[in-house]
Amino acid sequence: MNAEQANNQSTEQKKKKVDSPFKRSAKDFYKKLKKNKSALIGGYLIIALIIIAIVGPFFTVYDPVHDTDYMVKLQGPSAEHWFGTDHHGRDVFTRVIHGLGITLGIGFFATILGGIVGVLVGIISGYYGGRVDSIIMRLMDVLLAFPGILLALALISILGASLQNVVIAVSIFAIPTFARIVRGSTLATKNLEYIDAMRALGASDARIIFKHIFPNILSPIIVQASLFVATAILSASGLSFLGLGAQPPSPELGAILSNGRDFMWDAGHIALFPGLGIMIILLAFNVFGDGLRDALDPKMKK
Amino acid sequence: MFQFIVRRLLQLIPVLLGVTILVFSLMHLSPGNPAHIIAGESAPKDTVEQIEERLGLNDPILVQYGNFLKDVVTLDFGNSWRTSLPVSEELWPKFWVTFELSVYSTIFSIFLGLIAGIISAVRQYSVADVSIMLVALFGLSMPNFWLGLMLMQWFSINLGWLPATGWGSAEQIVLPVITLGTMGAAVIARMTRSSMLDVVTQDYIRTARAKGLSERLVIYKHALKNALIPVVTVVGLQFGSLLAGAVLTESVFAINGMGKLIVDRILARDFPTVQAAVLVIAVIFVLVNLLVDISYKFLNKRIDLD
Repeated sequence: MNAEQANNQSTEQKKKKVDSPFKRSAKDFYKKLKKNKSALIGGYLIIALIIIAIVGPFFTVYDPVHDTDYMVKLQGPSAEHWFGTDHHGRDVFTRVIHGLGITLGIGFFATILGGIVGVLVGIISGYYGGRVDSIIMRLMDVLLAFPGILLALALISILGASLQNVVIAVSIFAIPTFARIVRGSTLATKNLEYIDAMRALGASDARIIFKHIFPNILSPIIVQASLFVATAILSASGLSFLGLGAQPPSPELGAILSNGRDFMWDAGHIALFPGLGIMIILLAFNVFGDGLRDALDPKMKK
Repeated sequence: MFQFIVRRLLQLIPVLLGVTILVFSLMHLSPGNPAHIIAGESAPKDTVEQIEERLGLNDPILVQYGNFLKDVVTLDFGNSWRTSLPVSEELWPKFWVTFELSVYSTIFSIFLGLIAGIISAVRQYSVADVSIMLVALFGLSMPNFWLGLMLMQWFSINLGWLPATGWGSAEQIVLPVITLGTMGAAVIARMTRSSMLDVVTQDYIRTARAKGLSERLVIYKHALKNALIPVVTVVGLQFGSLLAGAVLTESVFAINGMGKLIVDRILARDFPTVQAAVLVIAVIFVLVNLLVDISYKFLNKRIDLD
């Protein structure tokens, strides 16, 4: 009895020592991340932006939408209104701080939504190959035939102009980019010996895909995700700027910018600050994504 | 080579068919009866029915798609629901404006991007390199609609040097081209730099140096030629995103091009016009990509022979 228990314990200990593939790739990922300076800087910048977006709204004195004061409308930056006021006399600083969260939220949400679908589609396409693969990839080619913001525009023309529809349109735009990359990585992974070994041991397709292939193609997915957040934010704020996304009272950064455009002649600051905000967000994600790609790209290991 | 081109052309067929299906479904997936949009919500029933009949909205969907495909091939996109003019009549003048804007911006971004990228690569880690790459990073992260507004603020409103809106005269072209071309210039500069750096570490460059060629000849004759190959791909992709990015630039500078047309007509629910404009951009993008693929293959082949 005792011996059996001891035996059980020792096998349990042995099990613990070998990390799950997820944990291993997470550890590996973090180790590489730490070595790359620009990935670290970008990462810290993103964390700072997220903290400002979450905590900032509790510290702003004014309300982003309802605090109108026509006595101070269209004023330049001052001690009371750091970024000046808009045509309703609302505090632009407050609006930008609130808008930061909305804009970041759109970027993350659209990337995660489109990313999940794109990753699934890409893995299925790469893993099963054959006819499934060629049909899926032709479909992705069709989606990729609409450059940049055009696909989102086409989708908005069906769905109608609203913030929610912009998120849907941008996530659909994410699907083919993720699918392509994931398919490539899956193809490279699925013929490795340990996958054959898993199959020989009788593992199901689902188990192989999610427990063994997915953790191993995580790095390119993360790189793609961080770069796509920038694209998503750029497209979404662009659509809001065109009046096809977030609608006027909303402090989404693109929407504030769109509104500021009407007052370029007497109050240029309204457009200046939300644009700076978008630029800093994009800068953070581009630096982070670039750094990650360098850190994780095996070609760069020399 | 010939076989490769034929194969790529054949591969285009399903993609282009898919594009037409997607564009065709724009109208049919959207809520609301097109006949109501044309005639107005309060139109009498027989007017609506007449319009439905004229547009063939009662035909089976496949027949409708077939007719649409026939129209597309003959470049007849029907009449606008907003202005009742033939769509192609409205579209082409605006298409040329957008095309001009994209071509000028592409030239601007190639010119600026190449020079900056080469300087950066030749003087790796110098002050010039670091500042160029920093500027490129900002250029890459600047939303072009914001850049356009800021340029307008400085050069039109504050300094009064250049007109704030319109398209046509030499002065009117400057700001929109900078606005639209900056992101491309940044992408090309980064690509040129990394591609040059890849090339200059290769053996044949060392050989060229060893046999006593001047540094200038090594860089501009031997290294640049091969370093430009990946840049060609980027330029091709850039042209497509410029066509789409023109939507925002045109909106900023009130340029009467295709992008502005798309946005205006989306808001007005004028589907035939939106369909035609989206289709034209997508088809051009696909064709440019094909050209890029072919030129890439062509350039690569020469390397194989070397």
